[in-house]
Amino acid sequence: MTVFIIRRLMQSALVLIIMSLLVFFGVFAIGDPVEIFVAADADQAERERAIKALGLDRPIWAQYGYFVVNALAGDLGRSFVFNIPSIELILQRMPATLELASCAVMLSVVIGIPLGMFAGYRPESRISKTIMATSIAGFSLPTFWVGLMLILVFAVELGWLPSTGRGQLGEFLGIRSSLFTLDGLAHLALPALNLALFNISLVIRLTRAGMRENMPMDYVKFARAKGLSQKRVVFVHVMKNIMIPVVTVIGLEIGQVIAFAVVTETIFAWPGMGKLIIDSINNLDRPVIVAYLLITVIMFIVINLVVDILYSVLDPRVRLADAGKS
Amino acid sequence: MTRISPRLATAMVALVLGCAAPAVQAQNLTIAVGGNITSMDPHFHNLGPNNNIAQYFFDRLVHFDHQQRPIPGLAESWRAIDDKTWEFKLRKGVKFHDGSDFDAQDVLATFKRTPWVPNSPSSFTAMVRGVDVTVVDPHTLIFKTAAPRPLLPLDMAIVNIVNRKNVEAPTAEFNAGRAMLGTGPFKFKEFVPGDRVAMERNDAYWGTKSPWSTVTTRIVTNSSARTAALLSGDVQIIDQVQTADIPRLRQNANLRIESVTSNRLIYLHLDHNRDVTPFAFDKASGQPLAKNPLKDLRVRQALSKAINRQAIAERVFDGQAIPAGGLLPDGFFGASPKLKPDALDAAAAQNLLRAAGFPNGFKLTIHGPNDRYPEDDKVLQAIGPMFTRVGIETAVQPMPWSTYVAQAGAPNYSFSVMLVGWGSDTGETSSPIRALLATPNRDLGYGASNRGRYSNPKVDELLGKALQTVDTGAREKLLYEASEIGVGDLGLIPLYYQVNLWAMRSNVTYQARSDEYTLAHQVKPR
Repeated sequence: MTVFIIRRLMQSALVLIIMSLLVFFGVFAIGDPVEIFVAADADQAERERAIKALGLDRPIWAQYGYFVVNALAGDLGRSFVFNIPSIELILQRMPATLELASCAVMLSVVIGIPLGMFAGYRPESRISKTIMATSIAGFSLPTFWVGLMLILVFAVELGWLPSTGRGQLGEFLGIRSSLFTLDGLAHLALPALNLALFNISLVIRLTRAGMRENMPMDYVKFARAKGLSQKRVVFVHVMKNIMIPVVTVIGLEIGQVIAFAVVTETIFAWPGMGKLIIDSINNLDRPVIVAYLLITVIMFIVINLVVDILYSVLDPRVRLADAGKS
Repeated sequence: MTRISPRLATAMVALVLGCAAPAVQAQNLTIAVGGNITSMDPHFHNLGPNNNIAQYFFDRLVHFDHQQRPIPGLAESWRAIDDKTWEFKLRKGVKFHDGSDFDAQDVLATFKRTPWVPNSPSSFTAMVRGVDVTVVDPHTLIFKTAAPRPLLPLDMAIVNIVNRKNVEAPTAEFNAGRAMLGTGPFKFKEFVPGDRVAMERNDAYWGTKSPWSTVTTRIVTNSSARTAALLSGDVQIIDQVQTADIPRLRQNANLRIESVTSNRLIYLHLDHNRDVTPFAFDKASGQPLAKNPLKDLRVRQALSKAINRQAIAERVFDGQAIPAGGLLPDGFFGASPKLKPDALDAAAAQNLLRAAGFPNGFKLTIHGPNDRYPEDDKVLQAIGPMFTRVGIETAVQPMPWSTYVAQAGAPNYSFSVMLVGWGSDTGETSSPIRALLATPNRDLGYGASNRGRYSNPKVDELLGKALQTVDTGAREKLLYEASEIGVGDLGLIPLYYQVNLWAMRSNVTYQARSDEYTLAHQVKPR
């Protein structure tokens, strides 16, 4: 297992280097950030001052070299627009996104798995058919449209929930989050549901498929023959088996939901990282874009690793071994 | 138990609410703005949203009224002693939020801090550069400049005055609130980047005090989300209303819209410089034309006459745009009353093209942004067929601002005809003449945004004179003349002036401003 993890980490380092090169030169190729930052009525002298102040007067390869040297020391540069170290900027925004993402993932597990199990257990029932039909809608409707509709119905027409923004923060065990106040939860409800909708549908379909695949299998028949209760068969034996694909997907979805909650965050004016990356791309705020994508890559690498390890816990047949030995 | 009739009950509830509501609502104001505020440091980034929010906490020597006419701010009065010397008399008895007195030392500190701010992506250095400040007494300052500088008072309307204690406070100190010590109408409470700025009333403010004891400005960059926040009552006022929402908001009895012509002109810049321009092609061969047609005044006139500005204003903007013939709308300083928008005249345009040697027209590609100005790509798409109609077969190429702007200007000058906008921060025409029509010249700071590289010695000369003429009347005449020549020559083709729109709950009012700023202390309960 140690060898496995070391090998993984080495591959990851390579991915990071390639990634930083691509982003750095890619952003450079798009355009000149100074043209965007500088006040429209700035004269030539002011433009030159800004280019120098941001270190953009050096050749691109020198800028990259400087970036790498600093990055190895843990400094990914300062945001051009905010004048704050980009890591700090991203970490500032991270709690808001994590809160949104964890709620969304929780919703997809809490709603998705039971509904999916039911739909797989009683595939012919009318309720199951309704669940499956709704999940198609959850899959195919675009997030931004659903988001606007949620706002229109629950905030504008019914007035039950606030339309946008993050609510009051409460403090619990030193963590500041909107999960701890009523106002915060009310603000969180719509964006979390919007973000979760796709994942709920995905989990429903996966669980249902797993259920249908496993129910006729020999081990279920054997368990029944052994006289186990139906409850135990479904919730212990079958559940364990259908969890493997579900865990994989949920793992990957956590990453997706954290890194790319862009649309939901924009529509609900949620001050998270997704909104930050979009603003940064529009501003060509290169240090933030690079740092953000590097952090995203690291996050995916860690999640994949955790998923792999979870496999071996869930399924004793899976061993984390060297490619050569297994 | 006595029974209360439902009607009576309703009346009672209404009465209670009616008494309670104004008192409660006059306490808190929540605003949703579309601009992304990037910093609290008033000298860090010269950017509309930042300059807007700075006005809540800080004052300037000179303020602007809602039509950008200079009015006294921290300076009670100012006058030109001679062409190169200005005297500013400071207001007495003004206090900072911590109770300390404001005087000339704070102005000196501001002049020192402005060019110092590290890593500034866009600074205020140009406003204080070359100004030599002497303190006569704590409330009198003498500003000396090397050359005559009639616009100095307008520059002073842009630079926010900070406390002398914070002369070397870095930007982070402002963002954290520790250096947010101003004289403005609000005291700083909190800045959450990408989310909100919270503040409370400065009860010791020298000017008209805010009717709201606390104000929250929320940053909601998505236009639909802003409208939704207003409709649901989460916020009382929003800025930058998108065109598509106007009819719906108008129908709602609980809402009102306020609008005013802005200081922003949307125009077409044309390549005046190259002998062969990259995006004008021969109709038959598809090769670039051997001679740049845009250098011919008749072709430029034909283009201008082919545009139906009225239709753009009515169809694309639902009436919320004003057809333009000059550089700034009527009523702004230096806006020549002689410059009227060209009316649509397809026949005249075709005649002009014929006279210029293009009886069959030519092929053209026009470029513009699709995310910078309201409806910019739609305007571009409307202009394309208008040109095509008079024989100039036109393709339209909208692109994201970040890609577009770098290619449109120096040093690439990649396009032939481009759509751009210009908002005049000074509220007078020397700003667009200097940036858009004057021959690019680094030392003078001319033509920094002259993407068409139009060059006319006469315009340069008149502008140079105007920028050295302290006498207001004489300066305005020079600006009239310079804009009449530059625009008459179609150094750029004016299209329309934007209209700034605010939408609000019907229980508040706001005097719409030409400079696009939303100022909470001027939002009034009704």
